[in-house]
Amino acid sequence: MDQLSGGEALIRALHDEGVDIIFGYPGGAVLHIYDAIFNQGKIEHILVRHEQAATHAADGYARGTGKPGVVLVTSGPGATNAITGIATAFMDSIPMVVISGQVESRLIGSDGFQETDMVGVSRPVVKHSFMVQNAADIPLIVKKAFHIATTGRPGPVVIDIPKDVTDPEVKFDYAYPSDIKMRSYAVPAKGHSGQIKKAVDVLMAAKRPMIYAGGGVIQGEGAELLTELTRELGFPITNTLMGLGAYPASDKQFVGMLGMHGTYEANMSMHYCDALLAIGVRFDDRVTNSDVTKFCPDATILHVDIDPASISKTVSADVPIVGSVNSVLEEMLAQVKASKQKVDEKSLKVWWDRIAQWREKDSLGVTPSEDGITIKPQEVIQAVHAITEGDAYVSSDVGQHQMFAAQYYGFDKPRRWINSGGLGTMGFGFPAAMGIQFAFPDAISVCVTGEGSFQMNLQELATCMQYQLPIKIISLNNRALGMVKQWQDMQYGGRHSHSTYAESLPDFIKLAESYGHVGIRIENKSELNAKLEEAFALKDRLVFVDVLVDPEEHVYPMAIKGGAMKDMILSKSERT
Amino acid sequence: MRHIISVLMENEPGALSRVVGLFSQRNYNIDSLTVAPTEDQSLSRLTLTTTGDERRIEQITKHLNKLVDVVKLVDLTEGAHIERELMLIKVKATGAQRAEVTRTTEIFRGQVVDLTNSVFSIQLIGTSDKLDAFITALGESIVLEVARTGVSGISRGEKVLTL
Repeated sequence: MDQLSGGEALIRALHDEGVDIIFGYPGGAVLHIYDAIFNQGKIEHILVRHEQAATHAADGYARGTGKPGVVLVTSGPGATNAITGIATAFMDSIPMVVISGQVESRLIGSDGFQETDMVGVSRPVVKHSFMVQNAADIPLIVKKAFHIATTGRPGPVVIDIPKDVTDPEVKFDYAYPSDIKMRSYAVPAKGHSGQIKKAVDVLMAAKRPMIYAGGGVIQGEGAELLTELTRELGFPITNTLMGLGAYPASDKQFVGMLGMHGTYEANMSMHYCDALLAIGVRFDDRVTNSDVTKFCPDATILHVDIDPASISKTVSADVPIVGSVNSVLEEMLAQVKASKQKVDEKSLKVWWDRIAQWREKDSLGVTPSEDGITIKPQEVIQAVHAITEGDAYVSSDVGQHQMFAAQYYGFDKPRRWINSGGLGTMGFGFPAAMGIQFAFPDAISVCVTGEGSFQMNLQELATCMQYQLPIKIISLNNRALGMVKQWQDMQYGGRHSHSTYAESLPDFIKLAESYGHVGIRIENKSELNAKLEEAFALKDRLVFVDVLVDPEEHVYPMAIKGGAMKDMILSKSERT
Repeated sequence: MRHIISVLMENEPGALSRVVGLFSQRNYNIDSLTVAPTEDQSLSRLTLTTTGDERRIEQITKHLNKLVDVVKLVDLTEGAHIERELMLIKVKATGAQRAEVTRTTEIFRGQVVDLTNSVFSIQLIGTSDKLDAFITALGESIVLEVARTGVSGISRGEKVLTL
């Protein structure tokens, strides 16, 4: 048995847990831990330039790989800077373990230098947290933290470690527990067979069925089974913003994303369906629209989720099924195949004919600019899709560009669309793209951003230079906080209160170049394809592509506030 | 409707703040709260009263169950149960008031646990309603101080909340 200090034990425990990369930033309270990192060669530590970026990078890594992201920050400001990233991961149920340094035990509560109550500050945005009191407790706490973060509905877990606990002079016998059992934490079992049977009966009898699948399907590795079940049934399917890629976007049964900026056909199908299979979703207000009493008025709602608290939280489920998405889909598929009652093909054909009519509206049709020069933001995403052959990892920030990427990239695989759906964190996309690039060094990691969001974490250009990350940053530059401005156009009489700043924007090309990267500006539609190709051809370099797009463009369709899902604004001049 | 929820949770630092934080974070209200270790020192029993319709109470119990420190819980109001609250109350008592206060205390089966020339301290155990009624019967004008423990409770019959 090895004699290890707390700091050494922490790094050893992370290695024993299978961690090979951590994102962090050093400081006083974690110096012992950083010394332990210096003295080992098993875990790679990535030095970011801001603790928020460490959490987003770890988050992007987790979303891309399905493995937990690991973060190491110091006490006080290091810890509080990490909070936004922890909250982002919490809202989207991303597995993450955040280790924060703390002042020495004897100083806790004394308002010591760089002291903050991390367990208290993070409490509402973590799945659980630990404060380590003895070095010898480290292996068990690390084991518990990873177990909690990665099982059930995943989420971030904080381990707060006072500096004296990692003291290199205090050693103990290290052993990593092989198994863990907690009397107060049980991982949900398989879905109830009887409930699944009820759900299958509803689906078989349905005349206007609909499948609504979300991020839980991706987190629960259920995309393959979902695709098989959907094809077996022949039903229309929509994905949430978090669920894009859970079902291939290029498939004919896919009616597009639903919700506030969902397609006309997806939202209409939702509103008029008579049976709704909701799986790995939480009936978020950006899906249901603000008045849930108007949501799917004719539908029998079947809700599958691993978190019992998600069921009947906002919309009452007629058939609730608590269980892992994978186990439920597997049994549902088997029951569907064995069912004596078959899908009502005749009604289904009528239903598909109706959906075909909605599709004819072509709600994502792009009208090119009249001058033939101005670039529409949607055209940029379409071009990126074509050049990357739909096979890139696309992370995004938050705003209009995020919606355009979600609407126009067309994700065929799970874990390719990396965005902050729940918290809506500007500044997420770029560091998340770093996490992706570390996880998949040979893949194309694209960050679709805007000039507003990008400025919230642009310091990471330095990290990308240090580690030679060839990320492609596609900035849809509309010289404004586009989504804010859109709402101001639509609801505040066009009064653009603090949403424009054209006169004070940096020269993004020079900015990228000053960090040693490549910058390309695209202003004219005629050069869009060629210059994007030029950017993607630079395989070993980070390229910042500053695309000047039409600042007047709005994201459509858009849900009408207080309405049902069928109530949408389709363009500047058309409503449903 | 008023519900009494009893929670068995790990007797660990931070556990109580997670429960209380959950209520403020999700805009649920706590009317009373009482907590102490059980016969098993590794477990605490926390009993709280809250109000809400069925759906809200369902969400509250689901979210409480999700907390990693929570081992088990029961909504006592779902079945037959016994609830008790203890109150210590200090009242002005001079002259004829002394006999009146003593009589009222006897009717409510309370006990005078301390007294001076002008003040009685009384202990009373019962349901929250009984405690409220006692205060009303004494007359609020003579009440100097009230200390109530909040509701504690247990199921009737053989049903037990244990590991």
